Amino acid sequence: MTSLLFKLTKCLFLDNFGIQNLSKSMIEQYIPVFLVLGFAVFFAVAVALSSGIFGPQRPTTEKLSTYESGMKPVGTTRERISVKYYLVAMFFIIFDLEVIFIYPWAVEFKRLFGEIGSPVFISMLIFLIVLELGYLYAYRKGGFKWD
Amino acid sequence: MGLEARLKSEGFITSTVDAVVAWARENSVWPMPMGISCCAIEMMASGDPRYDIARFGSEVMRFTPRQCDLMIVAGTVTYKMAHVVRKIYDQMPDPKWVIAMGACTSSGGMYRSYNVVQGIDQFLPVDIYLAGCPPRPDNLLNALMQIQNKIGKTKARDFQDKKLPDLTVL
Repeated sequence: MTSLLFKLTKCLFLDNFGIQNLSKSMIEQYIPVFLVLGFAVFFAVAVALSSGIFGPQRPTTEKLSTYESGMKPVGTTRERISVKYYLVAMFFIIFDLEVIFIYPWAVEFKRLFGEIGSPVFISMLIFLIVLELGYLYAYRKGGFKWD
Repeated sequence: MGLEARLKSEGFITSTVDAVVAWARENSVWPMPMGISCCAIEMMASGDPRYDIARFGSEVMRFTPRQCDLMIVAGTVTYKMAHVVRKIYDQMPDPKWVIAMGACTSSGGMYRSYNVVQGIDQFLPVDIYLAGCPPRPDNLLNALMQIQNKIGKTKARDFQDKKLPDLTVL
């Protein structure tokens, strides 16, 4: 990549300036790279500044107002969400985890039970009990009362 | 003489700031896709590889007016929507241009109705009217080229003291 850049700068700049044989000194070899870097910085700054020079600035209240797909902006940016939402999130996590872990477990259950025995069943039971504790908590908090 | 040949032989080129700015402006017209109805499908088609609006530097459809120069109003504008269109136009930074795409947008089209604006030039300064119901993508590209010609003729600081068009908001 660097050599390509070097070659490119060589054809772009040096050949045009009539410099054919590069000096062996390291720092001199990198002059084209610095040239490109300098040009890049100059170009970026020039473009950023030129839009300020050539572009018209006519701020109006309409133009500076918040963009809401052309509608009048309503309310504030920091919209508050009811704390109740955490119960929904809890239910989601509980059932999500249940599905993710139980489904593959159930598919492979017969084979695993034949090979290992009851630990297959017990470990899942413990996992479910932990989950159901969370479920009970959310239930007692009134997570199923929707209104 | 081509640019590369000239650079090889002389090593530099000369130009005016006006020419460079106009060249930059006309080749980077970023559209605001105001796709309100069926014309928007043709507008989308003009972005596909077959028609390829990117050849004209206008593939960057921006969904915020802050980065747009060109508003393509594609579709039937009802009185209710007119406020929205005008507001978005107002929120675009200067300089800006407008294409009225299709019959409905230009004149109300077949909707000679109580709720449809009979031409968006009632509340927007339209630069190009585009015939068709809906116009083919090539037609939209033609309109874009017309806009580019128009921009190419402007000078760098032409828009500095331009008064805002005094048009009634419906």
